[in-house]
Amino acid sequence: MAGQTLYDKLWSRHLVKERDDGTALIYIDRHLLHEVTSPQAFEGLRLAGRKPWRLDTNLATPDHNVPTTLKERSEGNAGIVDPVSRIQVETLDDNCASFGIEEFRINDARQGIVHVVGPEQGATQPGMTVVCGDSHTATHGAFGALAHGIGTSEVEHVLATQCLIQRKMKNMQVRVEGELGLGVTAKDIVLAVIGKIGTAGGTGYAIEFAGSAIRDLSMEGRMTICNMAIEAGARVGLVAVDETTIEYLRRRPFAPSEEHWDAAVADWRELVSDDDAPFDKVVELDAAEIEPQVTWGTSPEMVAGVGAQVPDPAAAGDETVQRGVSRALEYMGLQAGQRITDIRLDKVFIGSCTNSRIEDLREAARVAEGRKVADSIKLAMVVPGSGLVKRQAEEEGLDKIFLEAGFEWREPGCSMCLAMNADKLGTGEHCASTSNRNFEGRQGYGGRTHLVSPAMAAAAAIAGHFVDVRDFGAGRAANDDSQVQEA
Amino acid sequence: MRQFDRHQGLVAPMDRANVDTDLIIPKQFLKSIKRTGFGPNLFDELRYLDEGYPGQDVAKRPLNPDFVLNQPRYQGASVLLARRNFGCGSSREHAPWALEDFGFRVIIAPSFADIFFNNAFKNGLLLITFDEATVDRLFQEAEAEEGYRLDVDLEKQQVTTPSGEVLTFEVDPFRKHCLLEGLDDIGLTLKDADAIEDFEARHRQARPWLFRQAG
Repeated sequence: MAGQTLYDKLWSRHLVKERDDGTALIYIDRHLLHEVTSPQAFEGLRLAGRKPWRLDTNLATPDHNVPTTLKERSEGNAGIVDPVSRIQVETLDDNCASFGIEEFRINDARQGIVHVVGPEQGATQPGMTVVCGDSHTATHGAFGALAHGIGTSEVEHVLATQCLIQRKMKNMQVRVEGELGLGVTAKDIVLAVIGKIGTAGGTGYAIEFAGSAIRDLSMEGRMTICNMAIEAGARVGLVAVDETTIEYLRRRPFAPSEEHWDAAVADWRELVSDDDAPFDKVVELDAAEIEPQVTWGTSPEMVAGVGAQVPDPAAAGDETVQRGVSRALEYMGLQAGQRITDIRLDKVFIGSCTNSRIEDLREAARVAEGRKVADSIKLAMVVPGSGLVKRQAEEEGLDKIFLEAGFEWREPGCSMCLAMNADKLGTGEHCASTSNRNFEGRQGYGGRTHLVSPAMAAAAAIAGHFVDVRDFGAGRAANDDSQVQEA
Repeated sequence: MRQFDRHQGLVAPMDRANVDTDLIIPKQFLKSIKRTGFGPNLFDELRYLDEGYPGQDVAKRPLNPDFVLNQPRYQGASVLLARRNFGCGSSREHAPWALEDFGFRVIIAPSFADIFFNNAFKNGLLLITFDEATVDRLFQEAEAEEGYRLDVDLEKQQVTTPSGEVLTFEVDPFRKHCLLEGLDDIGLTLKDADAIEDFEARHRQARPWLFRQAG
């Protein structure tokens, strides 16, 4: 019999029942909640007179609507200026209190972006099924967990039944072998993958990221990659469990207790694809060939190496694609043939569930240290992913590096990734952003988003336009951890 | 859930690939804690020439005359014809809520994003996938012929064009059943409560660390 993929193993571990119509009931171990996609689900439960099936699997925190300035945050929910946003956060608080769900509220030190908080708390563990009403739930697959985003109807379904009705996905392996160049990061890998397979390339698949370049990444880097699996169309991104995974989880608050630790670790070590496991599709990339990436368009697949030029629509595939490229260039205010390094920026955003963890902030700080944000940049902001990331960064002195360079140092939340709070782009403004989506209007009405790594965003803030971080700073390696002072 | 069996409706062709959920319903409207009322802000950034915000009187906003849903011939459309990878991006169920609230019952495209596809069926929308060539042809016919309507029969899995051509489509049997009956799938799943409890007991036995002790 052929071996099983990691995805196959996770699926069969959670299979409650297969139905005659080809669907299956899949048991859910961890349900993360935030304020935007849960209120209608709680209302549905109430209207039907239902209760949560199992309280201890749920963990909630507000993230999308929370303000990121200290002044507003010091007032708690009352500091949320937009009354509609405030009601949404208060509704989450009320729902969690009345149903008995654990929540890290707005000014709890453990509050943050739900996909930063889950792993940081050890609430995301290998072998779990993890769901959340948010497409970036794919992030948690970095731990060898089966994790994906769901809609609000499914949030209600999980609350009420602890299960989801699913169909099995196909298996894709994205294999990245070799060593990344200095200054090239996990973000560049995943953008290069999306550039190669397209935003629908992973539709219907669970993507397992494998190969030596993936194994060499920290958990933060693996999370960055799995986070953006959805930007390649795949609801699920996965990385096999190894020592890096296990060491990350040791002694985290929600991690298995000492009593169960050894058994859990033995169980987790099985969470790798068998050598003879068949994949429906395999995509290979050579890590050494990956350049720092910059998106130039309005879809994450519209991406190029920093040394490239903005493409010519006429050379861009079929008619539908050509029209898409033309429209994107018009929206972005760019010309075909323009060099990526000639794109001037107005704002810089370092944050989001893709790149707001401690390693991301260290990477950006290494570039920013001893330099100044260009005068032409109206706003350069760093938004840590959680209160605990913020605290750790401050213990390491990263906040001072950013502040001295002219960045703003903010309170944790989703912030300008999707601009549901007050942090947003103005019409026509170009932003170097470490987030995950460059859709029209995503960061603000008429805003122009360029997705990049934290190192590239920091370098762009200093230069005022995109620069190749590999040429930036004499011999300073953006991914060389030996230069970091551990706290 | 709203039941769906057969629908005849005017077709609006939206000639654009990779229509993402931010485009379907921009984030400022996700702050609502209700399921209804998103229709006036469907495709907000394409439909209006100004920036939208919650609670606005949309009747006073300047319309974009070039946008397909603003054109007189497509008023009252209930079948949306779209291009590949429709609904990509976020998991926001506000996207199908907005489409449904606007009056769409059927969306036809060469491909859909997974999460959107799931969410749409849970809200009484029927999503139909045809190959690119068929979708191309439907675009040409819908653009050429004013008042172009399609007759969609879910039971028979057929779409009939004004010329009488019959196109058959595939649909997941479970989703078809739920749509035809207008079923709430939480109720269906709870019929398997015993199986869930049995699984949970075995799961707890095998992996007790997944079940946190209270306190």
